[in-house]
Amino acid sequence: MSQFAPPVVKIEGITKVFGQGETAVHALRGVSLEIEQGEFVAIMGASGSGKTTLMNILGCLDIPTEGDYWIRNLNVADLDEEQLSVVRSQLIGFVFQSFNLIPRTSAAQNVELPLAYQGVSLSERRKRALAALESVGLGDRGRHEPQELSGGQQQRVAIARALVTNPAMVLADEPTGALDTQSTKEILELLHKINAMGSTVIVITHEEEVARAARRMIRLRDGQVVEDTKWVA
Amino acid sequence: MGGLGLREVWRFAARGITANRMRSSLTVLGVLIGVSSVIVLTAVGNGSALAVKQGIEKLGTNSILVMSSGGAGRFSRSSNSNAKGLTIADAKALNDPATAPDVKMAAPILNASGTCTYGNLSSTPQNITGTWASYFEASNSPIDKGYYWSNDDVVAGRPVVIIGTTVATDLFGTDSPLNEVIRCKGQSVTVVGVMKSKGSTGGFQDADSIVIAPITFVQRSMSGYGSLSQIQVEATNASTTTAAMDEVTTIMSAQHKIKAGANADYRVLNQASILASSTTSSHTLTVLLAAIAAISLLVGGIGITNIMLVSVTERTREIGIRKAIGAPKSAILTQFLIEAMLLSLMGGISGVALGVGISHFTVLGVKPVVSLTSVLLAFIVSALVGLIFGGWPANRAASLRPIEALRYE
Ligand SMILES: Nc1ncnc2c1ncn2[C@@H]1O[C@H](COP(=O)(O)OP(=O)(O)OP(=O)(O)O)[C@@H](O)[C@H]1O
Ligand SMILES: [Mg+2]
Repeated sequence: MSQFAPPVVKIEGITKVFGQGETAVHALRGVSLEIEQGEFVAIMGASGSGKTTLMNILGCLDIPTEGDYWIRNLNVADLDEEQLSVVRSQLIGFVFQSFNLIPRTSAAQNVELPLAYQGVSLSERRKRALAALESVGLGDRGRHEPQELSGGQQQRVAIARALVTNPAMVLADEPTGALDTQSTKEILELLHKINAMGSTVIVITHEEEVARAARRMIRLRDGQVVEDTKWVA
Repeated sequence: MGGLGLREVWRFAARGITANRMRSSLTVLGVLIGVSSVIVLTAVGNGSALAVKQGIEKLGTNSILVMSSGGAGRFSRSSNSNAKGLTIADAKALNDPATAPDVKMAAPILNASGTCTYGNLSSTPQNITGTWASYFEASNSPIDKGYYWSNDDVVAGRPVVIIGTTVATDLFGTDSPLNEVIRCKGQSVTVVGVMKSKGSTGGFQDADSIVIAPITFVQRSMSGYGSLSQIQVEATNASTTTAAMDEVTTIMSAQHKIKAGANADYRVLNQASILASSTTSSHTLTVLLAAIAAISLLVGGIGITNIMLVSVTERTREIGIRKAIGAPKSAILTQFLIEAMLLSLMGGISGVALGVGISHFTVLGVKPVVSLTSVLLAFIVSALVGLIFGGWPANRAASLRPIEALRYE
C-alpha cells in the first residue's frame, strides 16, 4: 500500500450515548483512531466496553452522537441514506457472531446477495459466488440452506458473503464466539486470507488466540481506547 | 433497485408468502371475495339491465305510445281542467295516411280491470284491454291457438276475447280454452284465441296476464264511454319512428286544440324514451351493487396491509442483514411491494375466475352478464390494492434503521 493512500478509517472524538438524562449510557467516550488499508486489527475489551458500538459506527450501521468519521476521505456525516447503502455495499463486508445468514435461502444465494445489490449481472454473480464459496472450502454446499449447515459452515458462508464484493474492509464482531476450536482455526485462516488479498480486517474478540493472529490490538475500557499496540506478525 | 433482478425479487416474495401458507391463503381469500363480488354483482346489475331492455324491445321496435297527461285517462283528474282525454276520434285521426304518412296504424286502448271466471276457477288479468283488430299487428302479439277477432267483431261489439297464457292456465290448466265461454267482469265472453307467451319482461308486468276484447264491447259492458287509456301507434319502420312521432304530435295538438308553446294534455313516447328511463334506473342498480362490492374489496385490501405488517415485523432482522450487506432502501421497498402485489394479484386472478364462473349461473333470478371492463377493472384494482395497501408496510420496512432492525429479536 502506498504511504500516501488515505487511511481506510479515520475517526476523531467519537462518542455514543444511548438514552437520555438519568438513564443515559455513555457507550463511547471520545474514541480517535486511524486504520490504514491492509491492516489486521483486533479490538478487545471487557463486556460492555463499547466494542460492538464502535463496530456498528465503523460499518455505517449506526451514527455517532458526536465526532467525525471519514472512510477513505469521505465524510460519513455528509452521506445520505442512499449513499450510505452504496458505501456499505462497495466498501464494507460484515461478519456477525450469530452468522446472520438469510433463512430459507441457499448458501449460494446468500453469497450472491451483496453482488445483486451492486447490480452485478446474474451470470457474473453466480461465478463470483461460487468462487467465494470455494475459497472458504464450501464449493459443494452452495445449494444448502443455512439450517442444513453447521455453525462453522454457516460462519464460512457469512465470510464468503463478506469477501465476495472485495470490500475495502471486513468487520467481524466475535466471529468465532459461537464456534469450537477447530472451526475457530478455520475462520482465523480465512480472515488472514482476506487480509492477504488486500482488505483491511477488523475483528472484535475476547480470545487471546484470535488477537494474536492480528497485527494490531486496540483495547477498549468504558468506551475509551486504553491500549493500541502494533506488532509484526 | 439496481440489478437486483426479477429472480431475487420473486424469491423474496415467494419466501414471504410460503412462510405461512394458511395466513397467506386467508389474505388471498379476502381479495378473492372482493374481486369476485365486484364481477358477479356488476354482472347481475348488467344482466338485469339487459333483461329490462330486452323486455321493452319485445314490444316491437316501431312502437309509439300516446298517453294522456295532466288529468284524463287512468290517472287522477287534477290540475289541468282544460285537459281532454284521449278519444276514439284521436285514434281515427292518427290513421290518416295523408297527414301521417309514416304511421302504419294507430289503435285505441281502453283498459278495464276485473276478474274472469270459468266454472269455479278464476283469474285476475292485469288488464282487460279493449282495442281494434289492428292492435294485433302493432303490439307484436303473435297468436298461439285459435284466431284473432276481426274488425267486424269490433263494429258489432261482439263478446269475443283473446287471452294470454297466464289467464289460459289459470282458467283451463292444460285444456284448450278455445270456443269456451268465460265470464269477465260479469259478462259472458267467448275465447277465440290464445296469445303466444311473451315471457316475463323483467319488470312487475306479466305480459301474459291479459284479456283482449273489441273496444266497442269493453265500452258498452265494462268501462263506459270515457276517455281512452292510451293510443298504440306503429311507425312504418324503425327509421321513420321519429318522423311518425312528429306527425302524431301535430295531429294530436290539432285534435286537442293545443296552441303552440302551450302545455300539451298528452304525451308521445317511444322505445327510446322508455329505454332511456329504464336504463338510468338499472344503471343506478349496477352502481349500487358495484359500491357494495368495492367495500368488500377494501376489506380485502386491509387484509393485505395487516399481513404485510406481520411479514415486515417477522423479517425485521432480515431487513437489517440486507441493509448491512448493502441493500438500498428502494430494493427493500420493491421487494415488499412485489410481495403485496403478488398476494393481491393471486386473489385478483382467482377472484376473476370465480366471479366469471359464478356468473354462468342465474343469480337472484337474473342471468348475469360479465362485462370485460369489470373484469379488467377488478384485476387492475386488485393490483393497485396490493400497491396501496402494501405500500405503507413496505415503506415502514424500507425506512427501518439498519442497526435497529439488526438488534430486533
Ligand atoms: N441500543 C442500546 N441501547 C442502550 N444501551 C446500549 C445499546 N447498545 C449498547 N448499549 C450499551 O452500551 C454499552 C456498550 O455496549 P456494546 O454492545 O458496545 O458492548 P461490547 O463491548 O460489544 O460488549 P460485549 O463484549 O458483551 O459484546 C453497554 O453498556 C450497553 O449496555
Ligand atoms: Mg459486542
